[in-house]
Amino acid sequence: MGLPPYATLGQRIWYYGFRVICGLIFFFLIAPIVVVMPLSFNAQDFFTFTPEMLRFDPAGYSLKHYVDFFTNPQWQLAMKNSLIIAPIATVISVSLGTLAAIGLSQSHVPFKGTIMAILISPMIVPLIISATGMFFFYSSLGNWMENTLGLDKGLVGYIKVILAHAVLGIPFVIITVTATLVGFDRSLTRAAANMGAGPVTTFFRVQMPLILPGVISGSLFAFITSFDEVVVVLFVGSASQKTLPWQMFIGLREQISPTILAVATILVAVSIVLLTTVELLRRRSERLRGMSPS
Amino acid sequence: MAETMLAADGTPLKRSLSRALRRQKLRALGLIAPLLFFVLITFIVPIASMLFRSVENEIVSNTLPYTVEALAEWDADQSDIPSEATFQAMFFDMFLAAEAKRHTRLGTRLNYETTGLSSLFRQSGRQLGDVADISYEPLTGLDKAWDDGETWYTLMNARDATDTALMAEQRKRIAKLTDKEASGTVNFAPDAEVAALLPLAAREYTAWAIYVATQDGRDPAARDPWEAMAPALLIDLKTADISGYSGPIADMLRAAQDTDLPVADFTAAFTEMDEDWGTKVPWETIQTNSSKYTSGYFLNAVDARKTAEGVAWQPDNKQILIKLFGRTIWMSVLIMFSCIALGYPIAWLLANLPRRKANLLLILVLLPFWTSLLVRTSAWKVMLQQQGVINDVLVWIGLVADDNRLIIINNQFGTIISMTHILLPFMILPMYSVMQTIQPTYLRAAKSLGATNWTAFWRVYFPQSIPGIGAGSILVFILSIGYYITPEIVGGTKGVFISNRIAYNISSSLNWGLAAALGSILLAAVLVLYWAYDKIVGIDNVKLG
Repeated sequence: MGLPPYATLGQRIWYYGFRVICGLIFFFLIAPIVVVMPLSFNAQDFFTFTPEMLRFDPAGYSLKHYVDFFTNPQWQLAMKNSLIIAPIATVISVSLGTLAAIGLSQSHVPFKGTIMAILISPMIVPLIISATGMFFFYSSLGNWMENTLGLDKGLVGYIKVILAHAVLGIPFVIITVTATLVGFDRSLTRAAANMGAGPVTTFFRVQMPLILPGVISGSLFAFITSFDEVVVVLFVGSASQKTLPWQMFIGLREQISPTILAVATILVAVSIVLLTTVELLRRRSERLRGMSPS
Repeated sequence: MAETMLAADGTPLKRSLSRALRRQKLRALGLIAPLLFFVLITFIVPIASMLFRSVENEIVSNTLPYTVEALAEWDADQSDIPSEATFQAMFFDMFLAAEAKRHTRLGTRLNYETTGLSSLFRQSGRQLGDVADISYEPLTGLDKAWDDGETWYTLMNARDATDTALMAEQRKRIAKLTDKEASGTVNFAPDAEVAALLPLAAREYTAWAIYVATQDGRDPAARDPWEAMAPALLIDLKTADISGYSGPIADMLRAAQDTDLPVADFTAAFTEMDEDWGTKVPWETIQTNSSKYTSGYFLNAVDARKTAEGVAWQPDNKQILIKLFGRTIWMSVLIMFSCIALGYPIAWLLANLPRRKANLLLILVLLPFWTSLLVRTSAWKVMLQQQGVINDVLVWIGLVADDNRLIIINNQFGTIISMTHILLPFMILPMYSVMQTIQPTYLRAAKSLGATNWTAFWRVYFPQSIPGIGAGSILVFILSIGYYITPEIVGGTKGVFISNRIAYNISSSLNWGLAAALGSILLAAVLVLYWAYDKIVGIDNVKLG
């Protein structure tokens, strides 16, 4: 859509004006995320650019907020909890979700619509409502686990949060894995069976390698859902299960320390890595299925 | 005619095929079942429990079972305050509830319906002992032995026949009152003969014994019962014919009956505790809310109240929830239109640029999409503060005086701008995928037929892009009406949504029924919108990344 050489002045103005508008909107999208990064190196405990920073005076910059993040026991507890809860929740949602997605992709599934609606519902229902429902139910579930099963209180707290996060990640696994299975050639499993492979061997040696990109990107979605989730954990968990987003939320609501910005910068770096991974996987998956990668 | 086709193993082909199909279905269901079960337990049941809690109202009849029973006959329009029997039932219900520390919870619950009942219940709970003492002191003065738990235990404990019905009934009463199991062993069983002679005393003693054994884990035989036993016994003795009774401490009972000891006039006693008991107000509230299920929370959720005369609306200045619902919808619409306005040019640009350039720019859309919500919210807090980046820049340019910085956080503006930013990718991505399918040749054809740029866009391009706008709008709207975190951080008091009110009711005001009712209304709204989304776009077409 280049500009033709015969374009009138009005067309030229419109052409460049439109690009400026689009540039401003892209700026709006990116600026808030970019602004956080330099501020996290602030030598002061402020949320704004100090005069030293604007003069690019090295004294205006420091790593002290990063040091605080890696030494403060509160933040370390939060990070440890996030790194315990998110992977376990991801493993649960991916293992159950992949099996169910394979089941759902068979040709004759009774009540497929209803089952799909139930499995997708954790993504549809607003988090605050899921959190409200879980708050009521999980507290009695927790009491039951403590009193009847005699489990430790701390362990029960983790179980509750992990179960809640696992179910929130399931729709993402279902959606990504079923999307990958759409292009899966069924005759491959039949060929494997023909050559004497049992269902388990067929699954791990034939089907799994082909749908792996979908499974991995589904698990990344499930992981980020749990890693980034704050509403449900606020309602279901207790202070000893606080996660990174919980700690950030508390910090933002009460008095804010610039350590939040250091954490934010780290998380942006993590999301860039995740975004790249998902994109590469998507291309690989499309190449494997014989589509031209877009 | 043609004979039936046979499969390789000799069964008719039709049956063989249907068997294979059935096996296939079972295998598919077997693969789905674990996850389905998991989602049902960890998600669907909690949501259902929330829906149930929004109408559940057993607390009144659980805490005051005999009062509710006595009030059933009372008609607020016809008669004055309830009868002495109702006040008496109230005394024994309240006494037990106060010992179990449950009366304040009931007060809090009824306070949602009628302001002032919370303090009425709390204060009256403290004075019940004085009312009991009116009978307790003379009784123990008459015979020291009434002060001893053993006397009561000997009188009440079963000798020949046990009143099992009474025992079961009281176990249920304690379990309902305390919300805990009351099925453990109790070293006591009510004697059938005494229970028939002294029904009230036997009832209250049994309740006490079960409470002490199951909730405190103590042996009722070794404990002294509460003072409320004295009035219960004396009330029974006023009418009981104990001439034929020959069990233990028959003499003591006769002596107590002959002396004609005083029993409190419960109506007077309650009115003296607080004159509100002498009005119809608390009784009407108890009666109106005594049913096991209530629409009360839903009425509260739309700023109405249940009264004896029917539904009453709150006065205009107290209608906060309706306003909040309205504001949630209004702000979500604004956010949706901002997203359309900002998203449309971007989607158009992405769809019309060469692939490679478009993919590069798409990263600028996907990066915010993948960035943690908390990161984006904290970024906006940094941007919008009075000493924040936007104000600093405006002051530096000279557009705004330093002492007159813009207030753009903790109000509706703050919520709208940050949520527009957060939800914008959800608008751009569906628009982009629809616009990719629009052939540029249509535009060229329109222009070659003489259309101006604007006409070509408005009459040819725009109508084809409407499905993308629709999909994006519904998605953004659904996401935004249920948002909690961002309004909580940047919305102050004026820029919050209904979800913040739900959270407030769960964690601060502890009005869980109202939180559940608000949540149910919001859920219904979201489900209707999703149904529309499914009709227009199809849930299966949801794409990620």
